[in-house]
Amino acid sequence: MSAIGPDGEPVVERVSIARALNLGLRAAMEREPKVLVMGEDIGALGGVFRVTEGLAKDFGEERVVDTPLAEAGIIGTAIGLAMRGYRPVCEIQFDGFVFPAYDQIVTQLAKMTHRSRGAMPMPVVIRIPFGGGIGAVEHHSESPEVLFAHTTGLRCVTPSNAVDAYWMIQQAIDSPDPVIFFEPKRHYWDKAELDPAAEPYPLHRSRVVRPGTDVTVVAYGPTVPLALRAADAAAEEGRSLEVVDLRTLSPLDLAPVEESVRRTGRLVVAHEAPVFLGLGAEVAARVTESCFYSLEAPVLRVGGFSVPYPAARLEDEYLPDADRLLEAVDRVLDT
Amino acid sequence: MTSSTTGRTSAGAGPTPTGPEQGTGPGTGGALHVVQLLTPDGRRADAGEDPEVVAHAAALTPEDLRGMYRDMALARRADTEATALQRQGELGLWASLLGQEAAQVGSARATEPQDRVFPTYREHAVAMVRGVDPADILSLFRGVDRGGWDVAATGVSPYALVIGTQTLHATGYAMGVQRDGAVGTGDAGRDACVLAYFGDGASSQGDVSEAFVFATAFQAPVVFVCQNNQWAISVPAERQTRVPIAQRASGFGFPGVRVDGNDVIACYAVVRAAAERARAGQGPTLVEAFTYRMGAHTTSDDPGRYRPSVEVEQWRARDPLTRLEAHLRRDHGTGDDFFAEVARDGDALAAKLRRDVLEMPDPEPSTMFDHAYAAEHPQVEAERAWYARYVAGLEGEDVAEGGAGTQGGAA
Ligand SMILES: Cc1ncc(C[n+]2csc(CCOP(=O)(O)OP(=O)(O)O)c2C)c(N)n1
Ligand SMILES: [Mg+2]
Repeated sequence: MSAIGPDGEPVVERVSIARALNLGLRAAMEREPKVLVMGEDIGALGGVFRVTEGLAKDFGEERVVDTPLAEAGIIGTAIGLAMRGYRPVCEIQFDGFVFPAYDQIVTQLAKMTHRSRGAMPMPVVIRIPFGGGIGAVEHHSESPEVLFAHTTGLRCVTPSNAVDAYWMIQQAIDSPDPVIFFEPKRHYWDKAELDPAAEPYPLHRSRVVRPGTDVTVVAYGPTVPLALRAADAAAEEGRSLEVVDLRTLSPLDLAPVEESVRRTGRLVVAHEAPVFLGLGAEVAARVTESCFYSLEAPVLRVGGFSVPYPAARLEDEYLPDADRLLEAVDRVLDT
Repeated sequence: MTSSTTGRTSAGAGPTPTGPEQGTGPGTGGALHVVQLLTPDGRRADAGEDPEVVAHAAALTPEDLRGMYRDMALARRADTEATALQRQGELGLWASLLGQEAAQVGSARATEPQDRVFPTYREHAVAMVRGVDPADILSLFRGVDRGGWDVAATGVSPYALVIGTQTLHATGYAMGVQRDGAVGTGDAGRDACVLAYFGDGASSQGDVSEAFVFATAFQAPVVFVCQNNQWAISVPAERQTRVPIAQRASGFGFPGVRVDGNDVIACYAVVRAAAERARAGQGPTLVEAFTYRMGAHTTSDDPGRYRPSVEVEQWRARDPLTRLEAHLRRDHGTGDDFFAEVARDGDALAAKLRRDVLEMPDPEPSTMFDHAYAAEHPQVEAERAWYARYVAGLEGEDVAEGGAGTQGGAA
């Protein structure tokens, strides 16, 4: 099964984010023989979220590598493979398990292009399912995106829907730079209509996903569906939210945000990661600088607290929800 | 443990038994001697084994053996109940120990109260043998806390979910034991050792290799207990290693022993010998318990996608409980009464466990701000206060004063 019909014509179908990623990986592997997929349990099992389902069967073990259980090994060898001209796409099983590889990512992967004066580009993609809300045990619900976005040399993106997932994974694989690709794990099964013949939106561009007039809400990954729900609820009370899906966390593309804030004068940023030193801080600082005279209220941030991600039975309290987002919306409107 | 054991096991000069202990694929079997003191049909078989190990086994009384059976049966019953509770939506997840009861009970029974164990997320029988109430394990899998037991009282560290990480902590803890003068004194009530549990998959992690390096460099009193259950989720052990895991120890300069992990007597005796070596100040040992994960990796897993059911059937014939039961019936006159009593106790334990789980209160939301730091932290306290105002506001109270701002930040 793929989004390509029997005569090679693209077929429009409703697919989940997991399936869209699978189709995107297939498309990239078919186009470019140097693309390898590697990670733990990605072969016979198809990955714990089934994103690599069937790839080992269709592309063989040379290109779909079920690795030993060692994240530093996965990323370290991906660096070597990239030096040899391959384009590895590495799967980290859960956000909390990227840290054994953190040294390889930060001290090696991120700096190799600069160190070699461009002679050794690192077209490595690291896919990380991230975020909470799935009732998991410890280390399976983290949002570590700023640790990577803060590191020069890494590009960081996150799709919030299946259409973006399909295109963005391919664009990430095409990138000559390392891309940390954050997948909103609790939305893996959310479906959308995918037209593989459509024109893809650029990778490093943010986008207004719901137009509105009263308050701008910036979200990314799992908080995009949340912001859209909040916007529905707000609309019933006569308040119009404009929702911007950031999509790219490094580089940031704040042009659509600034354009929006110049109209609304109010901005709320929402992410699951702790608010303290989160991406919202950067967005707030930049928008305050660029839109100071348009702002009618301080920029507010909604997100996780400065505590370790709690046990599953508390995650609904920890995670930002529509109420928390709307409470911030109320406050920027009351100012 | 005598040096002859060390030499023989590491050099692989022992007999070469056939059967599932030799691995399911190329690479992990090899010609390494497997210590087995109880045959699959329940006969004692000490011939040719290290005398020190045999002596530890010989010292076990029939009462000890019945105790071992009981521990294994109760752990299995608790495990079955936990799986059922997960299926009924009462636990978020469960990692079954099914098939690994002998490796866990045998090794845990080789410890002394002053010893410390560092488990993964599957060592439920180890924890229970050390006095952990299984309800305090299930609280973690229910998602009400991170595991509720008293670490100091039980000597059981919190479950480690990041693969391999605990082997370093175990080694460091052992270095502390060493510095406290609690090794090599000859005082059986004082000398202590540390058990570091990990899996075949974990053996690939850099942390585990580093633990081996530190343990050997400082001759730390640690016993590495690898339960090679043949699988790391869907990845077979031969993807992690091309030599028996026990054999790795020799490259680091300490002894490694492979033991039949479904033979509780051998697991006890081998770990006991390694533990005494550690307590005597003679450094680390790696014990590879060759066993099998009879169930799924966790309740989220679907092993039908990657492993043949015939393999599971093969291992079913080597069940650790059936084996000890046969031995107790044949050689120690243990009859139906005992096994019926254990089954009744298991059912009672399971019923209590179920009650305890169903009665576990959900944690108070404000507790998520507790213990983020040991000393007060203004950022956390500001967020705690913000959250309290926020909740009060949702409940209709007037919280205008101090209510503004970003989650505890200024505004
Ligand atoms: C650092 C890290 N990477 C990945 C995982 C995901 N994971 C959980 S259990 C597991 C397999 C572990 O296999 P093994 O060490 O053999 O132990 P077993 O589960 O068989 O007891 C994996 C890959 C993890 N918990 N930690
Ligand atoms: Mg295993």
